[in-house]
Amino acid sequence: MSSSGLGWKWWLEGQKQIMKTKKVPISITLALVYLLNDSVIAEPVRIVLPAETASFRVGPGAEMAMAQCLQCHSAEYITTQPPLGRDAWMASIQKMRAKYGASISPEAESALLEYLVGNYGAPPKPLTTK
Amino acid sequence: MNEFNEHAIHQVSRREALKGLGISAVQALVGSRIAKANDKVQLPFENGVRDLVQYPQKRPLIRLTSRPPQLETPFSVFNADVITPNDAFFVRYHLSDIPLEIDPAGYRLKISGKVNQSLDLSLSSLQSGFESVEVVAVNQCSGNSRGFFNPRVPGGQLGNGAMGNARWKGVRLKDLLEKAGVAAGARQVLFDGLDRPVTAGTPDYIKAISIDHALDGEVIVAYQMNGVELPMLNGYPLRLVVPGYYGTYWVKHLSEITVVDEAYTGFWVGTAYRIPDTVGACVEPGSAAKTTVPISRFNVRSFITSLKDGDVLRAGSEERLKGIAFDGGAGIREVLVSSDGGRNWMAATLGADLGRYSFREWHLPLSFGRRGSWELLVKATNRLGESQPMEALWNPSGYMRNVVERTRVEVVA
Repeated sequence: MSSSGLGWKWWLEGQKQIMKTKKVPISITLALVYLLNDSVIAEPVRIVLPAETASFRVGPGAEMAMAQCLQCHSAEYITTQPPLGRDAWMASIQKMRAKYGASISPEAESALLEYLVGNYGAPPKPLTTK
Repeated sequence: MNEFNEHAIHQVSRREALKGLGISAVQALVGSRIAKANDKVQLPFENGVRDLVQYPQKRPLIRLTSRPPQLETPFSVFNADVITPNDAFFVRYHLSDIPLEIDPAGYRLKISGKVNQSLDLSLSSLQSGFESVEVVAVNQCSGNSRGFFNPRVPGGQLGNGAMGNARWKGVRLKDLLEKAGVAAGARQVLFDGLDRPVTAGTPDYIKAISIDHALDGEVIVAYQMNGVELPMLNGYPLRLVVPGYYGTYWVKHLSEITVVDEAYTGFWVGTAYRIPDTVGACVEPGSAAKTTVPISRFNVRSFITSLKDGDVLRAGSEERLKGIAFDGGAGIREVLVSSDGGRNWMAATLGADLGRYSFREWHLPLSFGRRGSWELLVKATNRLGESQPMEALWNPSGYMRNVVERTRVEVVA
């Protein structure tokens, strides 16, 4: 950023302070800030995201699931799914590995699958009769 | 449909109030405003409990995921105004390394590839060097309403709130490409933003459209949304706006435009966001698609917004039924409402026409004489004669739901 730009912003901040302290009517303050803002590139924008609160169901394999899945995304990616069958969870694990580059060892894979099916899986389908 | 409890949606934020006075995000924010205790909503499908959480520059929204953030708009917002306020607009990211701080003074948009002269534009040169244009356009997630699929499919389990309608202001992509000079043999244009994967093996989020589409004059690089800068979570400071097309193409924090002379096959085009290559983009429920094509334009949708599933009305009451309809850009020609489960239909009156890419408001006076259960249906038709199916179509990815929606209300003495 150029020094003139800095000076300009510094001046603008000063004007805002003056407007605050002199109790300039809010409408004038807002109008001025709006006019100034429309003609310059503004300050950096920063945001802070709310905390990540979702977690996995406690049980055998949960820590391993956290270690694998939470590297790339929060737990809701799993916890908000409808109950999915074993095939669907297996397909999901394979997609994470093949398409998204997750490094899941064969041992981890079977433990992960059991955890997901056991905690977020659909109940086995009853045998249907026709 | 939208039968979830919206007990926590009431206040107009300070930001929203200031917006009316033309104050941009920068003065009014910024920082985390952590919601008190998280309120909950129940989306009307199994495992549909969600937190209502307030994110920066946003009112409390329905959180689907926190990393990366995916937030859904509470459905009551769509009844309040045909334009969706910025602080209520849905949020969808794919990759977890998202920009949380952007200095507009240092921001650059690069245009390169099969062009005569690469461009490296600052925000001010973008805004001063090209004609500004505006369009009111719906942005809708491909997987909006995925949670209603039956059988259910894996993916973001959304209700009907991953859509919104805003007035976008920016410059034509066509003008940028013509300034750079499209070279002979150009076939597609690729778009990349500042969001990045967190694992080396995860493909960066890059999208492609055809060169003809890119040059049609309708695609814009937007720097304003509803009269102010875009919220960070909606793509500040630049976002691609592809009217009529699903949100997957609306690349946020747009930083690189690349003209190429081949068909891009990267993951987010070649593998993800593909639909069955069939009429209605559907297959037999539970089956796989034989061949697929990239998702493109919205199909026709319509909603009742003034009543929600489970509402109770007094017998003899007169209601001004109200709602919205939209499509992929032909424009809405007709909205029909049935109050008897689909046997008889009444034509609703269409509201102001904000353009063929906008939500179209509609209304219809309706007297609820008979006591008991009523099932209200709404069905729109666009200017091409395309309408909505009475039974939901199905595809493996849970995209493009557009069944005729049903709202059930009770009429009591």
